Amino acid sequence: MKDSFHSSQPIYRQLADRINRQILRGELKPNDKLPSVRDMAIQSNVNPNTVQRTYRELEGISIVETRRGQGTFVTENKEVLSELREYLKKEEISRFVERMHEMGYNGKEIQFGVTAFLRDEKGDTEQ
Amino acid sequence: MIKLNRVTKMYMRNRALYDVDLELTKGKIIGIVGPNGSGKSTILKIIAGLTHPSKGNVTVNEVKVDRLIANQVSYLSELDEYYGFYNVGQTIDFFATQFQDFNKEKAEEIRKFMKLDRDSKLKHLSKGNRGRLKIVLTLSREVPVILMDEPLSGLDPMVRDSIVKGLISFIDLENQIILITTHEIKEIEMILDEVIAIKDGDIIGHHNVDDLRSEKNMGIVEWMTEIYR
Repeated sequence: MKDSFHSSQPIYRQLADRINRQILRGELKPNDKLPSVRDMAIQSNVNPNTVQRTYRELEGISIVETRRGQGTFVTENKEVLSELREYLKKEEISRFVERMHEMGYNGKEIQFGVTAFLRDEKGDTEQ
Repeated sequence: MIKLNRVTKMYMRNRALYDVDLELTKGKIIGIVGPNGSGKSTILKIIAGLTHPSKGNVTVNEVKVDRLIANQVSYLSELDEYYGFYNVGQTIDFFATQFQDFNKEKAEEIRKFMKLDRDSKLKHLSKGNRGRLKIVLTLSREVPVILMDEPLSGLDPMVRDSIVKGLISFIDLENQIILITTHEIKEIEMILDEVIAIKDGDIIGHHNVDDLRSEKNMGIVEWMTEIYR
């Protein structure tokens, strides 16, 4: 994980996003301990205050929980995790669709395009 | 924690700072940016009690700043002012005798982190390693205020990276405030809580860095391009 943050969004949010994605990819599993604030700051080259804010935000949406004296852990709550999965999917799709609309594709074209793409991709993997 | 109240500083007939008001709270890393000669270093020197305002007043922790403020302020100078005949270990030991708040164990820890050899003579150190040693000496003091004048300037990317990592690892944000003047914004942007822009002795902008990003969709460099236009 090398440190490239872009400048149009607060770093704490970009860091939260990274952690969410790591959870979805299974790199971080339920009940895994996140690095301490200081270690996370060093790993990602950011201010410890930023990491603290990231952890606080994630705690606010129940993705992680802080256990007194032990650290910060990924939640075991399956419902929260499947909500996260659903949420990130919608977010990614809305970003994609917005860009497609900008370029002038309508809903039908996008839908057909995606279906065709997935069909081809499936064909590729079955060969 | 740090307060400047209508501070003006004249050097002979040149105005370095003009009517500057500034209030800073602890627990933050604050960057001061601006062109050469804009007054960045003067602000640090005034807070460190190394020079006095021509007008206005400065307090640190409610105490009016004079030369005695050195027991609350660790100041990293732009210049290299160390004894060439000392080695690294002797320089650290010497600093420990000069400041009661100097934590020798912490100094050892940072020295190892910076991969400096205790036995290297100062006059034989590379510029990069002198830069690293300055960090060791500055951060080993357990004081509420840390001031760093251009800690990254003239150093190669690897040294700059080790200094930034050293800062993240060894500052104590529960108790300290760190002020850094710099031109190397890209390197340090990710660790700044706030940024202050100075031009011709005047503060022309002061922002929380994350607010800049979320409200204006701008990083520090884009913001500076806008305000220095």
